[in-house]
Amino acid sequence: MKRFFPIDSKSEGLTLGLILFFVLLMPLLNGLVPDGSAFHVSSFQLSVWGKYLCYAILAMSLNMLWGYTGLLCLGHCLFFALGGYAFGMYLMLMIGELGAYKSTLPDFMVFLGYNELPLHWKPFYSPVVAVLAVFLVPGIVAFVFGLLAFRSRIKGVYFSILTQALTYAAALLFFRNDFTFGGNNGFTDFKYIFGADIRSEGTARGLFLASGFMLLAVYWLIAWMLQTKFGKVQKAIRDSENRVRFSGYSTTHFKVFIFVLSAMIAGMAGALYVPQSGIINPGEMWPTKGLDIVVWVAVGGRGTKIGPIIGAVLVNLLKSWSTKAYPDTWLIILGCLFVFVVLFMPNGIVGLWAQGKDLWQRRKGAGITEPEEAAA
Amino acid sequence: MDTHAPLYRDTDLVLSVESVTKSFDGFKAINDLNFYLGEGELRTIIGPNGAGKSTFMDLITGRTRPDEGTLTYHQADGHDIDLTKLEEYEINRLGIARKFQTPSVYNHHSVYDNFVLSLNRNRGVFPSLFYRETKEDKEEIEAVMELTRLDEKRDDMAGSLSHGQKQWLEIGMLLAQKPRILLIDEPAAGMSDEETDRTAELLISLKGEQSIMVVEHDMVFVRQIAERVTVLHRGHVLKEGSFSDVASDPTVKEVYLGRSKHD
Repeated sequence: MKRFFPIDSKSEGLTLGLILFFVLLMPLLNGLVPDGSAFHVSSFQLSVWGKYLCYAILAMSLNMLWGYTGLLCLGHCLFFALGGYAFGMYLMLMIGELGAYKSTLPDFMVFLGYNELPLHWKPFYSPVVAVLAVFLVPGIVAFVFGLLAFRSRIKGVYFSILTQALTYAAALLFFRNDFTFGGNNGFTDFKYIFGADIRSEGTARGLFLASGFMLLAVYWLIAWMLQTKFGKVQKAIRDSENRVRFSGYSTTHFKVFIFVLSAMIAGMAGALYVPQSGIINPGEMWPTKGLDIVVWVAVGGRGTKIGPIIGAVLVNLLKSWSTKAYPDTWLIILGCLFVFVVLFMPNGIVGLWAQGKDLWQRRKGAGITEPEEAAA
Repeated sequence: MDTHAPLYRDTDLVLSVESVTKSFDGFKAINDLNFYLGEGELRTIIGPNGAGKSTFMDLITGRTRPDEGTLTYHQADGHDIDLTKLEEYEINRLGIARKFQTPSVYNHHSVYDNFVLSLNRNRGVFPSLFYRETKEDKEEIEAVMELTRLDEKRDDMAGSLSHGQKQWLEIGMLLAQKPRILLIDEPAAGMSDEETDRTAELLISLKGEQSIMVVEHDMVFVRQIAERVTVLHRGHVLKEGSFSDVASDPTVKEVYLGRSKHD
C-alpha cells in the first residue's frame, strides 16, 4: 500500500488532510454561507486563495529541481508564464465579439491592424489543443534547453544564470507587439472559460477546486517519485553526480526528464492561475518573478515535500499584507526575509522543529561535548 | 623502443591502451602511453605527483578523451570496443567500475540504498521509475554488505560513516556493479592500519575474478598487494615488473624519491 500512498508520517497525513479540508471548505463557505455572515468567503477572496494554490504548485515544481536534484532554476517563472499564455490564447479567442472593437479578433490584434488571425492562433479555438499546449510548450522549451545545457555539463551557478538569461530573453520577446502575444499588455478581459462565465461564482469555485486538487495530485506524484529508485537517483545526483554517472546512469537523461516534468507542472500552474487572476503579461516571466519562487521554496523548506506549499502561501500572504500596510517597503522586507532564512533557517520553516530540537540537545549535552572538542 | 607488451601472452587481455597521448594546454599529462591489463590481474600503479595517474583513469572511464592513440576494451565474448567513443555511463555499463580518490558515496542515502543504486540492473529513466526490488537483488546486497562489513550499518546514512567505512562502502558499491575491471584510486588513504590490512585482504581475494587496477601512494600497502607494478612518470610507463624489481630499479628510486639531478 505504501507504494501508492507514499506518506511518511502521521503528521504528514494530518497536514495533507488539513489541506484537503481547506480545499473543500472554502468553496462551501463561498456557496452556502450567506453574504452577510462572518464566515462568508467572497469570490474575490476565493480566487486570491486559488492563485496562492497555483503559486504553491509552482513552488513544488521548482523544489523537484532545486530541492531534490540540486538544479537551481532561476527562470521557472518562464514555464509558468508559457502555460499561462497557452491557456490565455484560448481564453482570448473565447471572448469572441464581446471585445471593445466587436471583432472576432482579440482586441490587441485589431488595435495593431491585423486583418486575420495568425495561423498559430487558430488551433487555440479548441480547448483540448489549449490544454495540451499548456503542457507541451513549456515541456518542449525545457527539453531543448535542458538537453543542450546538461549535455554540455553546465551545472551549478552557470546553469542558474543561463536559466535567468533565458527567461529574460523570453520576456523581452513577449514585450514586443509584433510577437503576436499582445506585447506588454498581454492578455486580459476574459469572458468565458469552457462555456461558463469566467466571472461567475460557480467558475471561481470550480477553478479554486481544480487548483486545490491539482496541488494534491502534484504532491502525490512527487511523493510517489521520491520513493521509487528514480527519486533515489535524483537525490544521488544532488549529492554526488560523478558517482551516479560512474554507476551506469546517464545523469543527462535523468536531469532532462526531471526538468521537463517540472516545467510542465509549472505550466499547468500558470494555466490555472491566468483565469483566476484575469490577466497574463510578460511581467510574469521577468527574472524577479523567478527569484520570488526561489524565496518561497527557501522560506518554506527546500527539499521537503510540504515546505514549498507553506513558503508560497506565507510569503504571498505577507506580500498582500505589506503592500497594503507599507506599500513601498515590500521588496526590502522580501530581501531581509531571504537573507534571514539563508543565514539562520537553512531548512526553512519546516526545518525549524528539527533545528530547535537540535539546539536544545546541544544545550543539554554541552557539558559533555565541550571538553572533547577542546581536546580535539 | 620499449612497448610494454603484456608479459603473459597466454592470458586474455581485458584492456589495451596503445600510444595514448593527452595534453592540457600544451602540458603532456599522458605521453605515448602503452598499457595492457590481463584478465583477473591485480595491477598496482605508482608514480610521483603529476605522473598522470588520475588522467590515465579519466581516459579509461571516458571522463576525458585522448588526443591520440587507442583505448580498447576486450569483452568476454571476444568483441573489442573502442572506449574513446563512449560516455562515462556507457563505459560503466560495459563493466568498468571506478572508485574515486576521495570517497564519493551518497551521503543522504542509507548504506542499503547506496547499494540499491549500484546494482547493475537497467539504469534507464523509466526502468528506475518502475523498479521493484527482487529477492535476488536483496541477496546480492546482503552479500556485498557482509563482505564490506557494513551489514550493521545498513540503515545509517552514508554521510555518518567514518572515513574508512566510506572507502569500504564505495568499494562495495563497485562490487555490487559486478564489473570486469575495477579501477581503484588510493583505497588506503585515510584508513587505520587495521582497515588497510583488511582492504589489502579484500583486494587480494578479488584477484582472479576481476581485473583490478589500483593507484596507490602508500608503499607499505603496495608491498602488501602488489603482484605487478607499473611505474608512471611524466605520463609515460617508466618501469613495469614485480614489486621487488621495481623497488630496486635505480631510475624508479630517482624519480620517486625526488633525487633527480638538476631538473
